[in-house]
Amino acid sequence: MAKANEIKYLTAIKPEKRAKKFCRFKKYGIKYIDYKDAEFLKKFLNEQGKLLPRRITGNSLKYQRKVSDAVKKARQMALLPYVTDLLK
Amino acid sequence: MNNYELMVIFTPVLSEEDYKAAQKKYTAFIKDNGGEVVHENPWGLKSLAYPIQKKTTGLYWVLEYNALSDFNEKLKIQILRDETVLRFMATKLDKYAVEYNAKRRSGVPTGNEKVGA
Repeated sequence: MAKANEIKYLTAIKPEKRAKKFCRFKKYGIKYIDYKDAEFLKKFLNEQGKLLPRRITGNSLKYQRKVSDAVKKARQMALLPYVTDLLK
Repeated sequence: MNNYELMVIFTPVLSEEDYKAAQKKYTAFIKDNGGEVVHENPWGLKSLAYPIQKKTTGLYWVLEYNALSDFNEKLKIQILRDETVLRFMATKLDKYAVEYNAKRRSGVPTGNEKVGA
């Protein structure tokens, strides 16, 4: 008796392919990340205001470091909080 | 002559003309030390992300200038002496930064807009 969960499909179902991550700075040719632009930097912070890792943001190493420098400068100048909840 | 960007946060209790007077004081200080002011951009009263010296708002002021490399030390002493300043930061601008600021001012999209999510 075929097991119930072994449903055979005519065509093999392909697992839904995640969009390939890309480094937005290389793709759009952005060369300078401005520390004054808090709205743009918030894309790289999680709810607590902490920096997101590269595997999540998909940035290349060079630009991830520039982002972290810009975020730290923004935090120093009180444009971004060091720690908060529900930043978004 | 390198280009620098100075961001200063003044205490919010500063009155309007003191705020302007302080700006003029520093721009004059830059000019007579051989520097040259490229662009001045007062943001005015903005709320801070966390309280500084028990104050939750501050008068922001951004100034882009180019000056000799030994000038910043003198500027720092001047600013540290001024007690109406909560916090300040002078950053060196590389050529991409200068181009970014110029593009930003002239309204050309700098690519951040279309970056999206």
